[in-house]
Amino acid sequence: MHIKLKGSQIIIEILREEGVDAIFGYPGGAVIDIYDQLAKSELRHITTRHEQAAVHAADGYARASGKVGVCLVTSGPGATNTVSGIASAYMDSIPVVVLTGQVPTGLIGNDAFQEVDIVGITRPCTKHNYLVKRVEDLGRTLKEAFHIARSGRPGPVLVDIPKDVMQATTLYRPIKEVQLKSYRPTYEPNAKQLPKVLELIEEARKPVVFAGGGVILSKGAKELTAFARKIKAPVTSSLMGLGAFPASDPLWLGMIGMHGTYRANMASSQCDLMIAVGVRFDDRVTGRVDAFAPHARIVHIDIDPTSIRKNIQVSVPIVGDCRITLHKLNSLLAKEDQGDLGDLRAPWLKQIEAWKATKPLKYGQKEAIKPQFVVEKLWELTKGRAIVTTEVGQNQMWAAQYYHFDHPNHFITSGGLGCMGFGLPAAIGAQIASPGKLVVDVAGDGSIQMNIQEMATLMQYKLPVKVVILNNGYLGMVRQWQQLFYDGCYACTQLIESPDFIKLAEAYGAVGLRATKPEEVEKTLEEGLASSKAVIMDFAVEREECVYPMVPSGKPITEMLLV
Amino acid sequence: MNNNNNHASKRHILSMLVDNQPGVLSRVAGFFAGRGFNIDSLCVSATTDPLVSRITLVADGDMGILEQIKKQLNKLINVIKVMDFTDTDHVQRETALVKVRAKPENRAEILRMTDIFRSRVVDVGTEYYTLEVTGDEGKINAFLKLLNPMGIKEVARTGAVALAREKK
Repeated sequence: MHIKLKGSQIIIEILREEGVDAIFGYPGGAVIDIYDQLAKSELRHITTRHEQAAVHAADGYARASGKVGVCLVTSGPGATNTVSGIASAYMDSIPVVVLTGQVPTGLIGNDAFQEVDIVGITRPCTKHNYLVKRVEDLGRTLKEAFHIARSGRPGPVLVDIPKDVMQATTLYRPIKEVQLKSYRPTYEPNAKQLPKVLELIEEARKPVVFAGGGVILSKGAKELTAFARKIKAPVTSSLMGLGAFPASDPLWLGMIGMHGTYRANMASSQCDLMIAVGVRFDDRVTGRVDAFAPHARIVHIDIDPTSIRKNIQVSVPIVGDCRITLHKLNSLLAKEDQGDLGDLRAPWLKQIEAWKATKPLKYGQKEAIKPQFVVEKLWELTKGRAIVTTEVGQNQMWAAQYYHFDHPNHFITSGGLGCMGFGLPAAIGAQIASPGKLVVDVAGDGSIQMNIQEMATLMQYKLPVKVVILNNGYLGMVRQWQQLFYDGCYACTQLIESPDFIKLAEAYGAVGLRATKPEEVEKTLEEGLASSKAVIMDFAVEREECVYPMVPSGKPITEMLLV
Repeated sequence: MNNNNNHASKRHILSMLVDNQPGVLSRVAGFFAGRGFNIDSLCVSATTDPLVSRITLVADGDMGILEQIKKQLNKLINVIKVMDFTDTDHVQRETALVKVRAKPENRAEILRMTDIFRSRVVDVGTEYYTLEVTGDEGKINAFLKLLNPMGIKEVARTGAVALAREKK
């Protein structure tokens, strides 16, 4: 059926067709028309308190639900405020569609009120972006935006919509399918490459499976777990891959890289076969590139051909969707008789156990609360089943090390960009995507203040997010680097005047709790987690605690600084 | 086994087919700028299909990085195809307009040079002649070098366009 609709109505119609059930945004002059239509629709809109938070919330929503996150902001400053959030989603390949209002087409380029060239500004940090110049193009453009955001290697797509386009009318024809001549991602792996993988597995005596964010984005955690168990290979993951393989499984090595576990870094450096799935061999993982996995033949499975052979040369490159490729490999493995791998793997697994036993993750706690202890207790009390978002820095690393994830889509962190202020708004998105589930934001006293205003959003929509602040009065991770590499010169990293977080929580109408001694930690956590409201738990932790292990910049990952 | 980038620097000529849409050129050019690659020349126009444009681009840089650039250009939504003509058989041409000082004692020489290079005089003034020359990069450079002593006021070059040679 063809009907005449206004641009603003077409937007609502398309959001409906795409199955969007929550939009995160902040109104403004250029987008009043859209908000007017939104109010008349059944679609749910979460008004944050800053546009950066709106994008992070859409991002957190996408990571928790596996769907496309949607964000709506106004022109000018509204749009520029989204750039950090968009860049973070871009680095971590998260499907987000950002709709920005724009001044009327006649005023574009005129330095009009609240005008910015947001398409120009976000060109390098979006998967793609559009400026819609005619209302006739609006429907198709939005459909394309969703398609591009969620397909292939996902990523943020921005659509800039001028006010007069929103107000103009056109005959609306629903678009069934989006076909882009110049964009055809490869999902099916080249069948000729798969037997090579099986050959390498058969020859390998010290295999390692290295999983990344790509496994989770392709919804392939189940296939990955079956694969690793079938070939009895120990598994490590990048920060983005945590949860792709159950941490409670005996084959789990822990995270790899700059702050990875000793055994994960050693195993990756001594393996003779590395099967890398959905990773991009980022510098935080590889350490010195020419010393990475020096004895291994590497199989690299990724949907993005540009990730393959970008930093690391591989023996068997496979371009394809992680889940589909692993599924095919599992089918091939089922037909083969691999024999009893138990005996074959025993020496390798024994070596790994020895590494774990001699150099485990550890910390000692006396009078001061250790931040690692808080995370461990959190993990215990939530039975490892909470959705955990993090801010950035030491808090992020301790959350990654001491909270053990058995399921994907439960660890939500700004990995590639490392954007402070991500955790609280991302928790908002995650909570909206998972009503009834426990969502915890692990934060530092620095990061939490970057989007603290979102406490109001929590209260407005009655989101019982729990904020755990590891409060050490420093910009922790930078202070650590200053301690280790700059002779302890803590230049501008002392956060001297932080607010009383309990009073701050209560000012917002939330619950505020504090622990200053180790014996108070468990009961503070219990009380906070049991509350039906939003809670800030302020833990006064050891001030100069460092994250270990640490691989200094430019060193091979075998050269770790240990506690 | 691992990373072994070829760090030799080389000039590359890339030919791309892209969607004929605003912003595509910006995206491609931004790509090179963002990686510290200098674009020596850039030529773009529509093909016989009005929805498709061809961008011919000459850039100088590390060969290893250029491999990455080609892959990443292919990843762009609006890029249909990327071809590297550098090491393949191709026909390359560019056009230059040269405004050269035509002092009476030099005029004969200028016209002789114009003839030798099969170029043409397209504008005549009291002080300057404008010459049009077409050829490959070597020919244009040679022509300019020979004219230089006479005084070149301005040059406008199109930059290279190229097509692959047919297999015989």
